[in-house]
Amino acid sequence: MIRAAAALWLGLLVAAPLLVVGAMSLGVPADGVPPYHIPLLSGEGLGEAEAWSVLTEDGHFLGALWRSLWLAGISAGCCVVLSYPMALGLLRLAPRWRGAVLGLALLPFCVGFVLRMAGWVGLLRDSGVLNQALLAAGLIEAPLPMLYSDGAMLAGMVHGYLPFALLPILAALAARDRALEDAAADLGASRLTIFRTVTLPVTARAGLAGFLLVFIPAAGEFVIPELLGPPEALLAGRAIWQEFFSSRDWPLAAAASVALLGVLLGPMLLWQRAQR
Amino acid sequence: MTRFVLVLALLFLWAPVVLLAGFAFSDARQPFLWGGFSLRWFHALAGNARLLEAAGLSLLIAAGAATLAVLAGGALGWVLARQGRFTGRPLFGALAAAPLVLPEVVSGLSLLLLFVVLEHLTGWPRGRGAGTVLLAHASLGAAYVAVLVQARLAALGRVLEEAAADLGAGPFTLFRTITLPLMLPSLAAGWGLAALLSLDDVVLASFTGGPGATTLPVLLFSQLRMGPTPEANALAALLLAVALPLGAVFWWWKGRSR
Repeated sequence: MIRAAAALWLGLLVAAPLLVVGAMSLGVPADGVPPYHIPLLSGEGLGEAEAWSVLTEDGHFLGALWRSLWLAGISAGCCVVLSYPMALGLLRLAPRWRGAVLGLALLPFCVGFVLRMAGWVGLLRDSGVLNQALLAAGLIEAPLPMLYSDGAMLAGMVHGYLPFALLPILAALAARDRALEDAAADLGASRLTIFRTVTLPVTARAGLAGFLLVFIPAAGEFVIPELLGPPEALLAGRAIWQEFFSSRDWPLAAAASVALLGVLLGPMLLWQRAQR
Repeated sequence: MTRFVLVLALLFLWAPVVLLAGFAFSDARQPFLWGGFSLRWFHALAGNARLLEAAGLSLLIAAGAATLAVLAGGALGWVLARQGRFTGRPLFGALAAAPLVLPEVVSGLSLLLLFVVLEHLTGWPRGRGAGTVLLAHASLGAAYVAVLVQARLAALGRVLEEAAADLGAGPFTLFRTITLPLMLPSLAAGWGLAALLSLDDVVLASFTGGPGATTLPVLLFSQLRMGPTPEANALAALLLAVALPLGAVFWWWKGRSR
């Protein structure tokens, strides 16, 4: 009985929405409320799948998808590269301080996602704190345009997603068998060699999980590029949002979502395997 | 080296937040500009009816969504940990975990389209609003609760439940007196996590909410698109003022209980 109820929940709130998006991607936009017509749901067969031909023939969206994967990859890479030394540094601390410093690292998140990004806007914009400081120090004559750039977007991504990589990597490093590293040190390996040949391989699964836990949501991220990124930078999340809210082309937004999902299916399956 | 990176990372994580909270006390009308010490933005925040209304709605939705997520996620986690193999189990597991990795825009759009198509076919849900946002947040939260519950039940094993069954407990008594108490810590943690996710969400609420249901993050986001406001700084300072002592007390209490 409980299993049936749980299956009903999953069917209604997870499977059905995905099926509806698939059906919608085969529809056509129409005048009216809601603004679509789905031949499949009216028993008229598959229809022309116009949205899909727009999607595949127009380089606009494919470019956005490609840029999104790049941004997600770089963001996830930065998070993992930052997480390893952070986690190792945390583990060198005395246990009592470890908890406090980890708490200190996670506390900025209590302010909430949107307000943290507001902090970045205040730090980086033309009249922002960093430009004020540089101007006051006489290092620059005119404000540097730092906000609405790829760099600002990347800073926001790393700031937003760091815990997703840090926590699994920290857990794996804390649970690792130190004897292997001691043995490598006794045999004369340098600290860098030990990290590269022992520490990294024994925590590779967690590192991969952390990378994917950042990569997957980052590939569809909308809020951070919108607030910090270059206005013209078209990314998958932004394209879906704009097609839906501005152009009101629901079938095209749905087709773009399915395409994004299709590209992310590989990383998602990899993540599920890395969990085991 | 690692300690150096740790310090740099802490600076990176704190810099925007400290600025945000610090400039809440500035008298200047333009945010992030120092105009002398003042508490005027806290007064402005207390008098900002739109913001307070959005905050109230967000808290209501978070509490409702977290409660629903605990019910559904508890059931999902229990089935995954205790029902062994059954037909469709791989699909069940994949669907239970899917919300964890679906990009927000995709789950937001897909849930909205579901609600629209459902309304078209059955007349329910009538329009979009707080109720549909709550359902969307619950579906995300339930996936997190399920992971926590499943991990806890798997780690505890079945020994206690088997002992109770040997002593003659029926399935309902067994669940009520053994399994449910064992699940309780993960359900409580899951409730908190689901509430936090709901309070932090912009994208799902933007898609599934109507014009009458603006949550706090959605309102803050739409304001921030126009530019930062000093009231947002004051709100951040207040949140930090609540979270810092809570964090310190938690650390102290954990240190004592060790």
